Amino acid sequence: MNPRRAILGISCYYHDSAAALLVDGEVAAAAQEERFTRIKHDPSFPKHAVEYVLAEAGVPIDRCEAVAFYEKPFVKFERLLHTSHAFAPKGLSGFIASMPVWVKEKLFMKDILRKELRKLGADSPVLLFPEHHVSHAASAFYPSPFDEAAILTLDGVGEWASATIGFGQNSRIKLLRELSFPHSLGLLYSAFTAYCGFRVNSGEYKLMGLAPYGRRDSEYGKFKETILNDLIDIREDGSFLLNMRYFDFATGNSMYNERKWRKLFGISPRLPDEERIAQSYMNMALAIQDVTEEIALKLAATAKAVTGSQNLVLAGGVALNCVANAKLLNSKLFENIWIQPAAGDAGGALGAALSAWHIHKDNPRTPQRFNVYLGPGYDNRAVSHMAGNNGATYTEFKDTNELLDKTADLLSEGTVVGWFQGRMEFGPRALGNRSILADPRNPDMQKKLNLQIKFREGFRPFAPSVLLEKAPEIFDLDRPSPYMLFVAPVRENRRLPLPPDYDNLPLYERLYHKRSDLPAITHIDFSARVQTVDRQENEMYWKLLKAFEQKTGCPVLVNTSFNVRGEPIVCTPSDAYRCFMRTDMDALVIGNFLFLKQEQPAVDIDNDRQVDFEPD
Amino acid sequence: MEFLKDLWNFMRQRKKFWLLPAIVILVLFGFLIVFTSGTAIAPFIYTLF
Repeated sequence: MNPRRAILGISCYYHDSAAALLVDGEVAAAAQEERFTRIKHDPSFPKHAVEYVLAEAGVPIDRCEAVAFYEKPFVKFERLLHTSHAFAPKGLSGFIASMPVWVKEKLFMKDILRKELRKLGADSPVLLFPEHHVSHAASAFYPSPFDEAAILTLDGVGEWASATIGFGQNSRIKLLRELSFPHSLGLLYSAFTAYCGFRVNSGEYKLMGLAPYGRRDSEYGKFKETILNDLIDIREDGSFLLNMRYFDFATGNSMYNERKWRKLFGISPRLPDEERIAQSYMNMALAIQDVTEEIALKLAATAKAVTGSQNLVLAGGVALNCVANAKLLNSKLFENIWIQPAAGDAGGALGAALSAWHIHKDNPRTPQRFNVYLGPGYDNRAVSHMAGNNGATYTEFKDTNELLDKTADLLSEGTVVGWFQGRMEFGPRALGNRSILADPRNPDMQKKLNLQIKFREGFRPFAPSVLLEKAPEIFDLDRPSPYMLFVAPVRENRRLPLPPDYDNLPLYERLYHKRSDLPAITHIDFSARVQTVDRQENEMYWKLLKAFEQKTGCPVLVNTSFNVRGEPIVCTPSDAYRCFMRTDMDALVIGNFLFLKQEQPAVDIDNDRQVDFEPD
Repeated sequence: MEFLKDLWNFMRQRKKFWLLPAIVILVLFGFLIVFTSGTAIAPFIYTLF
């Protein structure tokens, strides 16, 4: 028997570090470090994730043919020097601040990685450094179901590139066009994220969720015009130039020039801890979302023109913008679109490993169905051990159908259920294995979930999971959306009439107005970030949705990630139980074990339930 | 040694020889900072600036 060939992929030292392992070219395991260290967006070397992926596949680290790091540190350093020179003397303070880290650490990445890998048992690993956007492109194309596809990568910045257009065919990837730093769609979106009071590299999806609250009959038009006239020069092919007089990210001080933006937009930046969100920020969010969509569409049209492909794959942080993705889908530019669920930098680990396997090692590729459940799973023994340690009371169901029936009963009675099954998802979305579930028909559920369970901003929407075969009955969606990366409108016949002065109502009055027969998952503009659940991809979750449908006639559940604000999604049964006990969640299902809140022993919960986690 | 070899290959491949003086100065200062911190000669290097 031939020995198995393994490649380890790593992304780290910026944000969302992760590890992925290929065995004989197939993805055996992948996980983000934050899930193990419980530090959201943890950028450190993914020691725990590496240990996990190797253990999962039963591959000793010294048997890995290569370890692929997701970018080229020297080229990044080159960009830093170029940028400092180009913006001198303005960039001096940023330059001085960043140099010690580079000179002491990042320039010696090879040594640092070797040292870390040696601690894990690798004596002389072969290190490879594919480019950042090659890693993104590889993470999008190789796991896709297509023989050939246009590739569009969009993010903040890698080494130099901020966006690329490429073409993938069989085991080959060729990048054909590149947009370079500082002209970056990701950084433009992040600048507005920061101006609207959210955290860069984490709050972008909040800005996207805020955009539908914007009003088109307001200053939105003026904001959009200002962005297009003063901040950015968009060309027909989707390439663009940012007006760097208005941005400070290149010099490392801040994302935007506050004085100039204040003058330009006529509003001050929103303070991060400010509870209230003024209508102006919603209008601003809508304006930048529109501009983002416009650019993404133009870039996709160019990708189509230069590749001639009917298939598109997307990666990079901007590919997590499911509203823009839906616009791409609806434009019908491409017949098929596939987005790898860990499209951000965590997916770079997967892409680095795949590019090492196919490009560096020249191995052939066969398109296959991607499995997103690549993280750790726990057996019944681990769950009962955890329950014993916590003195928890539970019911163990020998018959899975009974468990599903009981869970569906609880959900239909308005109970919020923590749902922990099988292997953890790879990527930022919980897709039915580390999820908090609830009844979407309940008009109070959105408020309850945001304020009592997740402790997060009240305006944020919740996503639905729907049986794949029933999705067209509920949403205007003509294809699967397995990873919650497309939004789709709730069908007209399910919507309820709005009051005549609806648009003039304050945010929360608009939000809590019942807009459809599934109010908890219908966003303010009737959209929903849909996850279609295919029996072949997640049978247990599909069966639960089916059981719920049989009881209620509704094939949809609210599905939100199993965590509280600022906390990474739970990884172990212990994390799940802790999260369960610290929130107003009513029930927890781990494997075949059901924990009911009222049966649990009293625990000493600090008055401040978020004491462990920084708000994100 | 490997670092210097990699650096040379990088500059050759990317045709960025003009970066050499900046990198050399930065790396020298970097070494100076790393290897002299906490040693008896530490007070003297401040006089360089």
